[in-house]
Amino acid sequence: MRRRTRTRKALSNAVVVLCAAAVLLALVPLFFVFFYVVQQGFSSLNLDFFTKMPKPVGEAGGGMANAIVGTLVLIAIAGAIAIPVGIIAGVYLSEYGKKKFASLVRFTADILNGVPSIVIGIFAYGLAVLPVKHFSALAGGLALSFMMIPIITRTTEELLNLVPGTLREGSLALGATRSRAAFSVMVPAALPGIMTGILVALSRIAGETAPLLFTAFNNRFFSTRLDQPISSLTVQVYTYAISPYEDWHRQAWAGALVLVAVVFLFSVLARVVTRRLERMHRV
Amino acid sequence: MSDTMAPDVDAPPEPNPSTSAAAPPPAVAVVVEPNAATAGKVLRMQTAKLNFWYGPKQALYDISLAIPEKSVTAFIGPSGCGKSTYLRCLNRMNDIIPDTRVEGEVLLDGRDIYGAGTDIVDLRRQVGMVFQKSNPFPKSIFDNVAYGPRINGMYSKAELPQRVEQALRRSALWDEVKDRLNTSAMGLSGGQQQRLCIARALAVEPEVLLMDEPCSALDPIATGKVEELIYELKRDYTIVIVTHNMQQAARVSESTAFFMLGRLVEHDKTEKIFTNPGQKITEDYITGRFG
Repeated sequence: MRRRTRTRKALSNAVVVLCAAAVLLALVPLFFVFFYVVQQGFSSLNLDFFTKMPKPVGEAGGGMANAIVGTLVLIAIAGAIAIPVGIIAGVYLSEYGKKKFASLVRFTADILNGVPSIVIGIFAYGLAVLPVKHFSALAGGLALSFMMIPIITRTTEELLNLVPGTLREGSLALGATRSRAAFSVMVPAALPGIMTGILVALSRIAGETAPLLFTAFNNRFFSTRLDQPISSLTVQVYTYAISPYEDWHRQAWAGALVLVAVVFLFSVLARVVTRRLERMHRV
Repeated sequence: MSDTMAPDVDAPPEPNPSTSAAAPPPAVAVVVEPNAATAGKVLRMQTAKLNFWYGPKQALYDISLAIPEKSVTAFIGPSGCGKSTYLRCLNRMNDIIPDTRVEGEVLLDGRDIYGAGTDIVDLRRQVGMVFQKSNPFPKSIFDNVAYGPRINGMYSKAELPQRVEQALRRSALWDEVKDRLNTSAMGLSGGQQQRLCIARALAVEPEVLLMDEPCSALDPIATGKVEELIYELKRDYTIVIVTHNMQQAARVSESTAFFMLGRLVEHDKTEKIFTNPGQKITEDYITGRFG
């Protein structure tokens, strides 16, 4: 009897150790990346980096002001397209999800979520670059929005499914139409979670390079025009990193650090907003 | 034709202008044979040979029942006997459940609510509902009560606070919440939440109020308050209440209908049902011999 207990305890301990090892294995690369980016990037980071334009090769200094603004513009375009489309699609799936068409939409969204980002870039290229024959911020934002839509759609659907159906009944019993009930009661009730989904999607696309390569392209100059090529941190980092110049490498590290910081900021924001909204609903 | 649910002659004035423009109300045909509970009363709702199916499973069999106005009608019966299903037929709440089927007539003031040309939104405004589990929206107390009037476009913005106050007073909640109208309804106690749901239903000025076991999740004190409220409300509203609590049915209702296995066993004056029921099975149920 006692021997069996001992074996069981040993087995239990072994499993705990295994779990800890797995966690460590998952965290170590993350920690390394983060540590390395901070170490390499921090030294090149200064006020100029945020406010100055890139300098020509050979000249020291300069910054990535255009790329930082460009990334923000691209995120804004993607969000403006993907947030309404994603939420409305999610509401459709959750409220009318029993139909054949809905399961087709759901399936498509899941597939779209797994499509390599470069393919999405090519698609946006065909859709928004080829017809007008030049790269544009709009095309870049469109490509990024294609990546956001499935994430937002599925999060919205899943969170709406968690809202008690009694709320919908309560609304319908007061004379609301089906869609009215969805948008005036169900969506607000699920809003904290939907916001998290949106911010997760935003931080995911903030770090994308491939979809921008032949849509937003890049721009050496400062631009906020939507019909013109625009620079972005990711593409700028990529360009600088594969260049042969030492100075550009340092700039690339700094760009990577800023990018990580932006994504981190979105994650923190997601937490704060979710907490705030949840508190509003509870008390 | 959608909004011509003709108001009864002596019904309170209609707030919805679209209904007052209707043709003179047709004489309400009596489709259910009068019994002791309904004889001589104005019948607000009637059902004739109502059958109902969930998929292939029949839940209601040939239910013919009349609901007199400005009184409380209680439905009792063991779980699964169809009383809630029947109640939800009265404002077509079962419509949202897929694969359900209705046969027979449900009349509101003589008009078949399942007939073509019934505006379901209009119907549910006239026949309000309070659910078993209180379901306040995750919004402020004010917004909860104002929800119905807002979506139905019933009042101007300036009138709204007054209407909200009125509804909260009618549900005897005003004094408890008047200082916290803008706080979340989720912070109210269970009993307060249920009275808020009643206020929310009253705010759209229904004629009939359906209550599906409104006290089953409440403690005795909160239950007492809701019952007092029902007693007050029946002066102006036609109330139908489903309850598992037979003392409650005896306390609040004028007439009681006993359901069993999807059939209406009997419908009579409440004191008759509880003192000298016409059917043996009713007596067995009431005296606790089964169920």
